[in-house]
Amino acid sequence: MQVELKNITKRFGSVVANKGVNLTIRPGEVLGLLGENGAGKSTLMNVLCGLYSPTEGEIVVDGTPVRFDGPGDAIRAGIGMVHQHFMLIPVFTVAENVVLGVEPVGRFDHLDLEKARAQVRRLSEEYGLAVDADALVETLPVGVQQRVEIIKVLFREADVLILDEPTAVLTPQEVDEFFQIVRSLCDAGKAIVFITHKLNEILEISDRISVIRRGEIVGSGDPKKLTRPDLAEMMVGHPVDFNVERAPFDPGEVILDVSDLTVLHDDGAVAVDHLSLQIRSGEVVGIAGVQGNGQSALIETLAGLRPPAGGKVLFEGADITTASPRARHRMGIAHIPEDRQAAGLIGSFTVAENMVLDSYYSARFSNRGSIDWGRVNAAATTATQDYDVRTPSIHATAGHLSGGNQQKLIVARELSRDTRLVIAGQPTRGLDVGSIAYIHARLMAARDEGDGILIVSSELDEILSVSDRILVMFKGRIVAEYEPNKAPVDKGTIGLAMAGAAP
Amino acid sequence: MTVLLDKARQRQTRVTGVALIALGVLIAVFFAPDATGSATFRLSRPTDVWPVPNLVVPGGPFIYVVSALLAFLGARQFLSGAAKWSALSLGIGLAIAVAAFLVWATAGKSFSLTGMLQASIVRAVPIALGGLAGVLSERVAVVNIGIEGMLLAGAFTGALVGSLAGGVAGLAAAVAVGGVFGFVLAALVVTYRMDQIIAGVFINLFVLGLTSYISSQVFQEYRALNNAPVFRTIEVPFLSDIPVIGPVFFNQNIFVYGAFILAGLATYYLFHTRHGLRARAVGEHPRAADTLGINVYRTRYINVTVAGMVAGFGGAWFTLGSVGRFDEGMTGGRGYIGLAAMIFGRWHPVGALLAALVFGFADSLQQKLALLRTPIPSEFLAMAPYVATIVVVAGVVGRARAPAADGKPYVKE
Repeated sequence: MQVELKNITKRFGSVVANKGVNLTIRPGEVLGLLGENGAGKSTLMNVLCGLYSPTEGEIVVDGTPVRFDGPGDAIRAGIGMVHQHFMLIPVFTVAENVVLGVEPVGRFDHLDLEKARAQVRRLSEEYGLAVDADALVETLPVGVQQRVEIIKVLFREADVLILDEPTAVLTPQEVDEFFQIVRSLCDAGKAIVFITHKLNEILEISDRISVIRRGEIVGSGDPKKLTRPDLAEMMVGHPVDFNVERAPFDPGEVILDVSDLTVLHDDGAVAVDHLSLQIRSGEVVGIAGVQGNGQSALIETLAGLRPPAGGKVLFEGADITTASPRARHRMGIAHIPEDRQAAGLIGSFTVAENMVLDSYYSARFSNRGSIDWGRVNAAATTATQDYDVRTPSIHATAGHLSGGNQQKLIVARELSRDTRLVIAGQPTRGLDVGSIAYIHARLMAARDEGDGILIVSSELDEILSVSDRILVMFKGRIVAEYEPNKAPVDKGTIGLAMAGAAP
Repeated sequence: MTVLLDKARQRQTRVTGVALIALGVLIAVFFAPDATGSATFRLSRPTDVWPVPNLVVPGGPFIYVVSALLAFLGARQFLSGAAKWSALSLGIGLAIAVAAFLVWATAGKSFSLTGMLQASIVRAVPIALGGLAGVLSERVAVVNIGIEGMLLAGAFTGALVGSLAGGVAGLAAAVAVGGVFGFVLAALVVTYRMDQIIAGVFINLFVLGLTSYISSQVFQEYRALNNAPVFRTIEVPFLSDIPVIGPVFFNQNIFVYGAFILAGLATYYLFHTRHGLRARAVGEHPRAADTLGINVYRTRYINVTVAGMVAGFGGAWFTLGSVGRFDEGMTGGRGYIGLAAMIFGRWHPVGALLAALVFGFADSLQQKLALLRTPIPSEFLAMAPYVATIVVVAGVVGRARAPAADGKPYVKE
């Protein structure tokens, strides 16, 4: 089934989300749709899957123009979407989720779950998507939930599958598995639209690439002929420098000294297992590892959010093992949390309020117990300008900013003071290329001023591009250490260490 | 598996154990010395087809046995720390404690157990139907505080239309008016996205005010408007002759049968049909349902309207199923208790029905005990069963999980 989008324009009030977009989706082919967050990828695909109706233009399926009045119409036409945020009911079983909306029924509207299970089993065998039809979705790992989403779309006999940022939630291993699934779907004659902002992935999986910027298709091409810099330039509109600029590596004295640290999960299981590490002034230490190997617990402990079960943490010689988050903050430790929406900012507060979350009580902003909003607003205005936080106003709520701007807001709050140590958890997860480069540059600037930087990331490319020293974490321990300044580091070797193979 | 959780669970088990032992001691100390003579529980009437001999329980010994049993259960809990049987032990413990209480109150007298059970079921009906209405609307994520008002509207309409056009017409009108209020609630919260609690409270106050006004201004004047026929009990052939069970379950009026049948139908609907699956999906994750082409708004309208109809039917019980006349505010908070039954019943129709039966039992127990003239002040008697219920529910049922989207309006993108 061939689907054409012809001259699609979508406006929300005065905002133009898509403008004159033309795309052709062919069977047996992966169309990569590349664009930054907010470029209009998701809007375009929501038009295609019937959630939005286009302001202008038409959708043509096998030569016939069609009109979708809702997702139901698109599903019937054979277009299925796997949303970035899964559309699964956690308390339903896999089979119930798959058949929801197109349930097999017997007499008296009786739900034929036996038939549903059989159909799930058939699809999972046919496409190599291993799932247990009777498992409750909430008990499944994210990668398996994604398979359920795909089975759901296949069950509706979709010939066109739209995958919206499908790898955002996956671990590197799961991404590999996922790509195999995509290829087998393609071999079965399905047309795939793969939406992403990750350059490596789109080059690896696509047969054709279209790049969208500010709602318009700005370029298309063959992945074999395109390079990362080409794509990045098309995506952001100007050349992107992937090399992070920095001063020569010249570490100073030890700032953070962690020895024999043990941390437990909430359920009592060991998260960090007798771990020791040191961070020196002017050094970026990158912790690589597959998510769930204790990195989050390590960061939380260093930030003072989780009490350690054993071991010692020294900061510039002082014992901070049990120091409160505020005490650490005052000593010059900055913390960029992993989950920016849950722990980094308060979505319903304004940009200005978020900017002083850590310092509202200080003499700078407070006067005998009441906050001096004039000074807060002045400081927030300066900080948003200094850190390129693009917001309609400092009084806009932080929850409405894009991910990149939210993260810049957090970085602005954490770094716009005299810091000695920066602890950053997944600082660029889910961000656009421009924001990533910006945040990296800011972290490097802090390093060059003599701060110690600890970056935890599950994206190996990020670790490789910013770190002076790379530690690999596996099952709560540091299992390997690399110094790119001394000897070139091979990605494959690190990958093996991340998977637990002894180096 | 998990160290911290285990510790918490162990502590809870210990607390349960101590509570059971304390209960056993209390019963032995306070009840046993008073319980002289035997308690006689009448199980059938002389006119029954198969009369059953009375159940005669020796007061003192029974109470001692119960307190020993409680102490044993408690000690076992405390020592073994076996969290597995904790809930069950507590449940059994409380049940036999209530039995001991009943024996103590009846010692030296006689008392119709069957009659009390029959009354329990009758009193459970409005609570069960209120709870069922709650289940139907909360399963599609609409919190329905307005059940109290819908019950009252059903009671009023039943009395008014019943007086004018007979019982069946009255019942139909009560169901229809309940449905209208359900629809109004749906319109307010689904289409106009009004706060669900406020919309429900609005319905309650509106109905209370309107019916009270009419009943004091109009019914006082024209008494014929408030004199409805009452649905008689229907004996189910053969089944009603079974001792104890027969009179309790199979010699009741249509409201009792209706509550049981509706609970069964609602279970079938919610858990075994296509539309039930969709309704639950709308209550858990409306956006997901929407992406699959399920009409979230229509599903909510239909379910909340049907919930209103069920509440209207339950409301008719107050007038057409019991006294035949309407009094101001005669539902007396049964709608709210129905919501409690829904939560205790874990948002399951059968669970809500069972919870309502516990409340009904509590209600009729305190009434009968008041007749037996126990030394405990009647206010405390009225309170004790509810307290026991809350303990049972908190201890036995544990944490229940509401539909994930419960109370949240859905805004289409």
